Amino acid sequence: MYSRAYKSVASIPPLLWVGVFLLLPYALMFVNSVWAVREGLIVHQWNWDNYKTLFTNPLYAQVLFRTMRIAASVTLCSLLLGYPLAYYLAFHAGARKDLLYQLVIVPLWVSYLVRGYAWKTILGSDGVLNGFLQYFHLTHEPVGFFLYSPFAVVLMLTHIYTPFVFLPIYAALEHIPRQLVEASQDLGAGSFQTFWRVILPLSMPGLLAGATFAFVLSLGDFLAPLLVGGPSGTMIANVVQSLFGAAFDWPLGAAISVGILVITISLLFLSEILEKRWAFK
Amino acid sequence: MSASAANPPEQSTTDGAALLEVRNVAKRFGALDVLKNISLNIASGEFLTLLGESGSGKTTLLRLIAGFEQPSAGEIWMVGERLDILPPYKRRVNTVFQNYALFPHLSARDNVAFGLRVKNTPASEISGRVEEALGMVKMQGFAAARPCKLSGGQQQRIALARALVNRPQLLLLDEPLSALDANLRKQMQSELKSLQREIGITFLFVTHDQEEAMALSDRIALLRDGALEQVAPPREIYAHPATAYTAQFIGQTNLLRGEIRGSIATCGALRWPLEETDGPVIFSLRPEAIRICADGKRQTNEVKCRGSIRQQLYGGSSELLEVDCGSGQTLRVRIPACGPLTGEHEFIFSLADAVRVQE
Repeated sequence: MYSRAYKSVASIPPLLWVGVFLLLPYALMFVNSVWAVREGLIVHQWNWDNYKTLFTNPLYAQVLFRTMRIAASVTLCSLLLGYPLAYYLAFHAGARKDLLYQLVIVPLWVSYLVRGYAWKTILGSDGVLNGFLQYFHLTHEPVGFFLYSPFAVVLMLTHIYTPFVFLPIYAALEHIPRQLVEASQDLGAGSFQTFWRVILPLSMPGLLAGATFAFVLSLGDFLAPLLVGGPSGTMIANVVQSLFGAAFDWPLGAAISVGILVITISLLFLSEILEKRWAFK
Repeated sequence: MSASAANPPEQSTTDGAALLEVRNVAKRFGALDVLKNISLNIASGEFLTLLGESGSGKTTLLRLIAGFEQPSAGEIWMVGERLDILPPYKRRVNTVFQNYALFPHLSARDNVAFGLRVKNTPASEISGRVEEALGMVKMQGFAAARPCKLSGGQQQRIALARALVNRPQLLLLDEPLSALDANLRKQMQSELKSLQREIGITFLFVTHDQEEAMALSDRIALLRDGALEQVAPPREIYAHPATAYTAQFIGQTNLLRGEIRGSIATCGALRWPLEETDGPVIFSLRPEAIRICADGKRQTNEVKCRGSIRQQLYGGSSELLEVDCGSGQTLRVRIPACGPLTGEHEFIFSLADAVRVQE
């Protein structure tokens, strides 16, 4: 057993970390959100007008709605890519498992920005993809919507977050005792029935964790829309960024941030509850 | 290797035709010969036990029959149908796994219903059959519980019900009782035996515990290093072990090594007349076949020797003595409990109890 003194000393660093890097910034952000801007200056005057704007100005609701739609698309696409990949690696890859696993992980070591610019090069009007399509006469002029569109944002974010979805699903699948798969086959279930009735339910906690990663990380992303989104692909984080930058309306930006924070935390709670419901020993 | 291995003795099979035929089956994992040319018939309604040490290949043979492994050579047939080419889910065989392998996300009832659901059995029929199966193993009261809320013995029962509800032609049991404590184990053994008699399903039971094998089986198939050593009913395999290995593995025995010369068998300090050709010889003599000769009298078909008691182990109803007969010959003797013994005594056994065995 550890002594009381040891326990108190050991808990100082994490508490300090949470306090300085999480609670303090959140508190500052919240305080900012109830201030106001008068004649280009932030005045410390307690009011809820920023939150009113958030609910009454349809522009913000529209961007927020688009952001959630993009995040949902990214989640869906990375699940559709990540789950089969994880399933193959966990059950059928055999000796190639380690190599393939490394290949999935390697992109995580490449800078986010580099990957963003790579997509620009691929999707642009004179990019790789359009060049390819024209070379084979599949199209006659550059296709415009590849770049600077919600499509491009979804594509890039899916590329970036698929490993995050893959990892928890793979971990969950690896932990399923192989004897359960044999038991299922023994009781007359073919591959599909075994997947549907045994493997999918038992990998649910991993699937939820992966989906939460993809959705929450996409929700707060501002680099992908900045690089490949264009005006039609603007997301809520870009609005916040511009409010803190050129528009110089920190209070409104802070109010939006608090809104996103509330959504994110609610989602994390929900996923936590669902994961617990699906967790089995 | 005994001659009876490939052809189980006629009298030892129970009534009914062969349900399962294992024909010259071999299994290799890389360079390792796990099973070597196994042939074995299982009669319908029989309780057959595959007995052997760990690594003897008994679980591998079970997995070949269940369909989780493919034989490297040979065939497996079940009532006129070739089994080894079918995937596991198409075989009318069910398995009770060693660690039960219950689905953790399903209640006991849903675990039992699993096999019926995947075969699209009508819901009305499922509920009846599930209740019936839960009744067979006396687990109706736990139908709603998740496996993690059940004790080892209860999980065992659910695993059994989950297999039996499918009415398999053959039930495979892979060391199903090995995870239970001693008392529960004994209780489950007797329940398993009476259950098998009641429902009449053929059981193929794997264990490394020879007492369990003796108590439960109609026949025992003893495996050694991937080959069948002997296949016989428990009483026969105990009374007439074919090899020294069998004699030592099934129960306790004294292996008397010696030779025959001029119709006299000599094993250390022991000598008796025997009309056999000359050569080296091994006899198996069970400890309980030897007794203390109180009056010093000896019949013609008995062998007597003097020995000093080196050790006495008290076992409740009986005593196990370790007796030094001189010439380096030690005998283990089991006699009814009689209180502490010391010094030299005369021991006697009947010639019929010294069973000649192969190396």
